[in-house]
Amino acid sequence: MTAPVLGEIMGPRARRRVLVLSIAAGAALAGFIVLALLRLDANDQLDADRWRPFTNRAVQDFFLDGAKNTVRAAVTAMVIALAAGGLIGLARLSRSLPPRLLAAVYVQFFRGLPLYVLILFCGFGLPRLDVRFGTFWFLVMALSIYNSAVLAEIFRAGILSLDRGQSEAAYAIGLGYWPTMAYVVVPQAVRRMVPALVSQLVTLLKDTSLGGLIFYDELLRRARINAEFTQRTLPSLVVVAVIYIIMNAALSRLASWLEARQSRRYGASRIEVDGVEDLAVQSAMSAAGKKR
Amino acid sequence: MEVISDNLGLFLRGMRTTASLTVLSYAAAVVIGAVVASFRVSPVPPLRAVGAFYVSAVRNTPLAVLMVLFFSGFPDAGIIVQSRYVSAIIVLAVYTGAFVAETLRAGVNAVALGQAEASRAIGLTFPQTLVLIVLPQAVRTVVGPLGSIFIALIKNSALAALIGLTELAGATEQLISTTAEPIPIFLATAVAYMMLSIPSSYAVARLERRLAIKR
Amino acid sequence: MTRRRLLVPLLLAMALVGAACGSDDDDDAATTTTGGGDTTTTVAAPTFDAGTTMAALQSKGKIVIGTKFTQLGSGLKNPTTGELEGFDIEIAKLIAIGIYGGTLDTIEDKIDFKETISGVREAVIQGGDVDLVIATYTINENRKKQVDFAGPYVIDGQTVMVKSDNTSIKQLTDLNGKKVCSGTGSTTPDNLKAKNINPSELVLRSTYPECADELRQGRVEAVVTDRGILLGLVEASGGSLKLVDIEVSEEPLGIGLKKGDDAFRDFLNDRLEEIFASGEWAAAFERTIGKLGVATPEPPTLDRYTGTGTATTLATTTTT
Repeated sequence: MTAPVLGEIMGPRARRRVLVLSIAAGAALAGFIVLALLRLDANDQLDADRWRPFTNRAVQDFFLDGAKNTVRAAVTAMVIALAAGGLIGLARLSRSLPPRLLAAVYVQFFRGLPLYVLILFCGFGLPRLDVRFGTFWFLVMALSIYNSAVLAEIFRAGILSLDRGQSEAAYAIGLGYWPTMAYVVVPQAVRRMVPALVSQLVTLLKDTSLGGLIFYDELLRRARINAEFTQRTLPSLVVVAVIYIIMNAALSRLASWLEARQSRRYGASRIEVDGVEDLAVQSAMSAAGKKR
Repeated sequence: MEVISDNLGLFLRGMRTTASLTVLSYAAAVVIGAVVASFRVSPVPPLRAVGAFYVSAVRNTPLAVLMVLFFSGFPDAGIIVQSRYVSAIIVLAVYTGAFVAETLRAGVNAVALGQAEASRAIGLTFPQTLVLIVLPQAVRTVVGPLGSIFIALIKNSALAALIGLTELAGATEQLISTTAEPIPIFLATAVAYMMLSIPSSYAVARLERRLAIKR
Repeated sequence: MTRRRLLVPLLLAMALVGAACGSDDDDDAATTTTGGGDTTTTVAAPTFDAGTTMAALQSKGKIVIGTKFTQLGSGLKNPTTGELEGFDIEIAKLIAIGIYGGTLDTIEDKIDFKETISGVREAVIQGGDVDLVIATYTINENRKKQVDFAGPYVIDGQTVMVKSDNTSIKQLTDLNGKKVCSGTGSTTPDNLKAKNINPSELVLRSTYPECADELRQGRVEAVVTDRGILLGLVEASGGSLKLVDIEVSEEPLGIGLKKGDDAFRDFLNDRLEEIFASGEWAAAFERTIGKLGVATPEPPTLDRYTGTGTATTLATTTTT
């Protein structure tokens, strides 16, 4: 989306103005970058010896292992959250009150809580109550609980976004509630949910960075350990930020490609879950995309 | 349960800090987001590039990394903000601003092309078109997502505890490490956050009903 | 691990080295289970009564010990080697040898080290995540309500660290009105209150390296915590931070264990006495904290309190 949006064909004067502005902006940008580099150099941040440790194989492995740990926690939590979220989402749509109510309470409670607090509770609070798991499982527990609440909402939104006609037709040909769900509703809903699910996976990868709070050896924590060891904070953190950006940008690109493909093929409508910024943006963009 | 009443002062102060952090950061994020969105839709390529880079970089970096980077990493390079509170606001605003920018950009795309063409036709300049005609309509289209971002920010403000600010989550962290009853503390914190997010959801829903352009 | 295959040539090599620099390997132990400061004497694993924690640990084959991972001198994980180094680690190894036998080089296979920060030490003991905590853990009455302590294994004290060019903080009262940093769950807030010191701001961070960062960046003016922790930070700072000779408190560091396990506590205290007497304790101190420039002290007097946890001779500051 880089073409000028308020698009108009520009006449010669407009083109000249844009050219002038481009040169000015380009120069300002270049100047800013140069200034930043000079400033960094003045503080010895560009010295080779600050960055040379990262060419050391052992240090590289140290960080890559951290990335692996991050991915491992995220994927495990995603799998569990998918299963749990599916069940809870179905419960929210149940026709009988108790499951619907319980599911609603679960979802509202855990979505309203910051993940930071949930991780604190799982990692530091549960041990005091004699609950024993490793750090990995405490982190996965917190991530799964939180994300199952979000995924439950995604499932619910996905199922509700399906045209009523689908389920009505299924009932009309004699299918009961559960077969309708299993053969007609859920398969179609799942296809619509996939972009949101991938987007949530990106959020999950970012959320694993809170694992350092309870000493899970993930990427951000390793960056801080390395920073302490080398007595320099900036290089380690910058390297780690870049690693995260690469990982998440790749996944995000997958998510938007999926989203575009879904709307082309299945006419997916937007899936919106309150309080999750990645999904908010995605839903805003798919809503906008349909207007043009 | 006494653990809550004993520490009520800490809890309330934490809630106040969380609330003020959220509101101030959001306000700054809206400004940043509007500016960046304008960059992304402008016909000037360097501006578009800056906007795209900013959004890509910030959206794909965990907030925790940004917090630590700004508070502990930047001072290495000479950029140091003394106040913890202000640092938290800056990082939260920059992070949230990226999402606001993308949302506003989607909103701008949703505004009918005719609006821009008509305003150009009556002689408004590009900046005037953007600010007077397009953005106001764009905002009305994406009130829902913008509200959702605010609610997300209430929860994200918890990360200010990573840089030692005593807001609600930080208060919880201190209490959990000094007492033996985690469940009352946890429940109290959950309730406190809900006291902040539920009215906000309600306000957003009302705002959406009043402002949103139904399409 | 290829440690077993390397053991024989390693023993030979170290025996040669040990013979060459023999003077600090004094063996004045009356017991048969320890051998001075060298790391090569293989100790046989003792047998324990059935039903005791020690027997259970022996059959499990591993002991889980919580330590610090970011405290130079006490417990620090070296990012390039992945090894843990520090006085607490050495004490952990010596304790484990008392259960499993073996040498300092081989005992690590039997120990599962877990990182524990100041704020969670009680939680991980009560929850059974770890069998012991050896993590610059100060013994005090308040904590004895939740856990038991063996030891002390060293007398530390809380003191103050500032930037090397700081001249405004020389005595305890200079901390009044200054910004001070410490760790969540540490005894610093109580110690300062007991001495009537009012800092303008007391920042609590999860780990002490974060406090050191803040000090370097000028966000706080002093860091107050155990001397052992501060020494590590000073050393790591390469000259930009220094210790100020102020005694904030005297802190006996102990081994934390589950409350009520008196048999285990007696075993731990007995084992500590062994290594005090055999010279292994002093050697461990010299290998770790000693390298940071601290003179090796005498081993402390153990506090073998009775099971209800009321200490008789402990000279700590009282906590409310």
